[in-house]
Amino acid sequence: MGYLASMRIWRGNSADGQLEEHKVEVGDGEVVLDVIHRLQATQTPDLAVRWNCKAGKCGSCSVEINGKPRLMCMTRMNTFAEDETVTVTPLRAFPVIKDLVTDVSFNYQKAREIPAFKGPENLKPGEYRMAQVDVQRSQEFRKCIECFLCQDTCHVIRDHEENKPQFAGPRFFIRIAELDMHPLDQLNRTKAAQEEHGLGMCNITKCCTDVCPEHIKITDNAIIPMKERVVDKKYDPLVWLGNTISRRKSD
Amino acid sequence: MENGVGAPGRAKIGVRHLRTDKWWISPLISVVVLLSFIAYSTWRAFENDFYYVDHLVSPFYSPCLATSCPPEAAILGTPFGDWWTLSPALLILVFPLGFRLTCYYYRKTYYRAFWMSPSACAVAEPHKKYTGETRQPLLLQNSHRYFFFAGLIFNIILTYDAIIAFKNPAGEWGHMSVGTLVLLANAIFLWMYSLSCHSCRHAVGGRLKHFSAHPFRYKMWTFVSTLNPHHPKFAWVSLIGVALCDLYVRSVATGQITNFYIF
Amino acid sequence: MAEFERHEYDVLIIGAGGAGLRAAIEARASGLRTAIICKSLFGKAHTVMAEGGIAASMGNVNSKDNWMVHFRDTMRGGKFQNNWRMAELHAKESPDRVWELETYGALFDRTPEGKISQRNFGGHEYPRLAHVGDRTGLELIRTMQQKIVSLQQEDFAETGDYESKIKVFAELTITEILKTDGKVSGALGYWRESGEFVVFEAPAVVLATGGIGKSFKVTSNSWEGTGDGHALALKAGGNLMHMEFIQFHPTGMVWPLSVKGILVTESVRGDGGVLRNSEGRRFMFDYIPPVFVKQYADTEAEADGWYTDPENNRRPPELLPRDEVARAINTEVKAGRGSPHGGVFLDVSTRLSPEVIKARLPSMWHQFKELADVDITKQAMEVGPTCHYVMGGVQVDPDTGAATGVPGLFAAGEVAGGMHGSNRLGGNSLSDLLVFGRRAGMGASEYVAGLGSKPALAQSDIDSAIATAVAPFNGASKENAYAVHYELQQMMNDLVGIIRVGAEMTQAIEKLDAMKARAKNVSVTGDRLFNPGWHIALDLMNMLVVSEAIAKSALEREESRGGHTRDDFPTMDPKWRAIHVITSWDGSKVSTKRESLPPMPNELASLFDIEELKKYLLPEELAQLAVGGN
Repeated sequence: MGYLASMRIWRGNSADGQLEEHKVEVGDGEVVLDVIHRLQATQTPDLAVRWNCKAGKCGSCSVEINGKPRLMCMTRMNTFAEDETVTVTPLRAFPVIKDLVTDVSFNYQKAREIPAFKGPENLKPGEYRMAQVDVQRSQEFRKCIECFLCQDTCHVIRDHEENKPQFAGPRFFIRIAELDMHPLDQLNRTKAAQEEHGLGMCNITKCCTDVCPEHIKITDNAIIPMKERVVDKKYDPLVWLGNTISRRKSD
Repeated sequence: MENGVGAPGRAKIGVRHLRTDKWWISPLISVVVLLSFIAYSTWRAFENDFYYVDHLVSPFYSPCLATSCPPEAAILGTPFGDWWTLSPALLILVFPLGFRLTCYYYRKTYYRAFWMSPSACAVAEPHKKYTGETRQPLLLQNSHRYFFFAGLIFNIILTYDAIIAFKNPAGEWGHMSVGTLVLLANAIFLWMYSLSCHSCRHAVGGRLKHFSAHPFRYKMWTFVSTLNPHHPKFAWVSLIGVALCDLYVRSVATGQITNFYIF
Repeated sequence: MAEFERHEYDVLIIGAGGAGLRAAIEARASGLRTAIICKSLFGKAHTVMAEGGIAASMGNVNSKDNWMVHFRDTMRGGKFQNNWRMAELHAKESPDRVWELETYGALFDRTPEGKISQRNFGGHEYPRLAHVGDRTGLELIRTMQQKIVSLQQEDFAETGDYESKIKVFAELTITEILKTDGKVSGALGYWRESGEFVVFEAPAVVLATGGIGKSFKVTSNSWEGTGDGHALALKAGGNLMHMEFIQFHPTGMVWPLSVKGILVTESVRGDGGVLRNSEGRRFMFDYIPPVFVKQYADTEAEADGWYTDPENNRRPPELLPRDEVARAINTEVKAGRGSPHGGVFLDVSTRLSPEVIKARLPSMWHQFKELADVDITKQAMEVGPTCHYVMGGVQVDPDTGAATGVPGLFAAGEVAGGMHGSNRLGGNSLSDLLVFGRRAGMGASEYVAGLGSKPALAQSDIDSAIATAVAPFNGASKENAYAVHYELQQMMNDLVGIIRVGAEMTQAIEKLDAMKARAKNVSVTGDRLFNPGWHIALDLMNMLVVSEAIAKSALEREESRGGHTRDDFPTMDPKWRAIHVITSWDGSKVSTKRESLPPMPNELASLFDIEELKKYLLPEELAQLAVGGN
């Protein structure tokens, strides 16, 4: 056990920065975050890193490793060859603060723009009754740990800064889907998804699903079903006609 | 590079991506396969021959609707009359083509492979502007469900074709040839592709808010949901399958090979 | 004079986990302008790590459950060391707190009737834990976070400003609570990102900072568990109580080394996981203590029968309270019957199908698969004790969360002491956060309403607090904060760990003195912009103070009870039940004293069988209770 790994770490701030190479000891079964911590404790005490639980549950240690958005705590060193240089950079869709830490406040702004859950007024606490089959679609989306890797990888904003104001991003599409599928939510969120939150900007290239550490099927289970619901509301004359004639609510 | 990953405030890394894996292989394969299919199908559509032999109809030409079709292949009659002088295939190919063109999975594939938007995850795309599917013509992608239903009609017809293929050249039932199996496999692949479709999943139950109030539709949705993750697989298999099926019929029709009868 | 931002609020809540956010909701409901301080990003607090569930006697799965049974279980679990009033409030109010979460949008797993499903857990007589698979903490934190956002949306609709009533200060650390004329007047903190200082003017401060696990080497706690709130309270003149009671969760991962300590949820055992040693023996049958023989099975057949027929079988001993299981594992390993990497085997694959395991324990499956290459649907896990929770904390008034001795200071959640006695039951933590988070929010609101004028901050206090915070940049020696922290963790694990001896703790206290001296001289390189070296240097001060409180309290208590096991005093002694070890700060060191609490009133005592009370209480206490006829 134990070898010296070559780590290339981006260091800098919003003005400038560069990749710096370090040799760091790696132990058995270690993940990238262990190696970064060793680097911090032995060579670069002021290396800025955001992390928290180190168990893949809080979604803090999001970076890009060899160009791919990943969690440092869930990327094992034995997935790289011992002679391979491992490159770690901050997320590239958000402004950098220092070293591996980025400003992810974009996501918190977007969170505020999604109307919250609105329960039925006639039910008091303790009177909610929901079937397991009705909650489990939304439960999948509530597994989200808000690591924002999906937001980072989404080319709509990663490659087009100017789209940020009108695009909520995959994390918030699953939030909208979660609420739209919630058996007791009282709001209809479909139109707003398209008109205010930019669902139509998504071209379903599925990178969000690819990077999700919780393996949430963001595209197949949230974005596409929401796109289909948007079609019901906005683009499908037959469904529109049917709904108008029978005045049936989408149940 | 002033936009996107090079935008002011973001970490100045200076390259489009830092991926070390062979991320370009998958889009490259997509390009090669799709272009080959387009080339082959276009050539075949205009060839206007060798699509029917001994109760085997090429899926490219089924249902055959123009007067030029051989009577056995024109299972729905020839409602188009004789004004149409080009290949009958051109009348019908638009529907399966539309189904695949608006398919959520193919969209991913060609946006990545052809439009490079993006070619692969975390690889910067070359475009200056991006508006996604918010404008025409891409708003037409929302018509996918109509193509899905049209596709179902085709599946029924191609299934019928596969059943007809249980006849021998003399027109007697109860025989099976390699051609029968080819047509049957083609029909099955197409059904799997259609049933695993996202619009299908939405229509059978996905649109409901309360599954518990619709147990049957929930069952159907659950069934479609088990197929749905395999939609990409079915998309490729059925695409290649339909071309191979046509190639088989053509080869038999031209006499290059003999359709072997199992019984 | 150093530069700083200045903010004025009615209530300052330090900590954005379950307790802090619940307190904030309550404070805003009372019309107070509320600031929430979050050491990490919003929504990342350690609450997220809770797995099993929220204990609340809703009786959805077994209708026999009620608050009285829950109260009994909690007192038993804490070996009667609990503040009975807190245990009572907790048992009574937790169902309402859980139901409330549903109105915020939480989606718990359901029973066939559509109610909130409840699962079995160690020490709870009936299935009681509301849960979402094994990620209940995530559900709780996200629900509270989204509730805060929804309140901000309401405020936006009303005032045009999302932050007019509640503002979250993310990635900000508080270094000192400021007082004026003996009352809380505000606090000093710094932005972790920029290193800039922030002064809060606030007449009420609610501590909700969570635990202290980072003082130990093997811990399930994240980096945030540095005992900030414990240290802030001590230095502000408050008391800590019960600091000797540390819960070592019996099942943490033991391999690979880099993840040693990460939690393996108790639900694994609640859902049927069994513990075996290297000889294949289900050793927990050998460790049922006399006080629990009535509730736990003594044969494998009976234990196995309990999962399907709890009416006619007693519970499997794997579900004994955590302290018992942790000690048992420790003993097995020391006796040489451990697993290859120094733990024991926890196996759920023999009883449940792979599908059920993946549905009920998805994050465990995921965690072992990705971090240890172990497929828990086929293989046994290797587990061992890990420092998980501190029962001790700020001494508070049960009803309001007001810290004893510091007007304007409140505490709730793990940082508050008393509720769990000497050992916490699984699932009682999340309910604790909600019940006492709300109460602290109400307590702070009442306090602010009753306050004539807000105490003014003194500039000199701000200046000296800033001077303390920047001191590490002027450190005289080349001392490295990471190195001192590493030594502290190793030392606490070795000398004040799961099994304790007087002489070792005396040694630990000496070592802590030396470390404190070294920590004063720690020097930090770089500037204040997101500088982890500086952050750890400041956190280290808190960890040293907390460790000192733990070591000294542990030396004081000469018996074994719950999360405090003395090799030199191996039994539980009723004389000590009435004694609560209290620690305070005299400016340079921690000192201890003993206190007693008012006795349990008759109506609560009468919930127990007299024979059971005899195991815990002194004859004179029993005589006072007059429950003899029960």
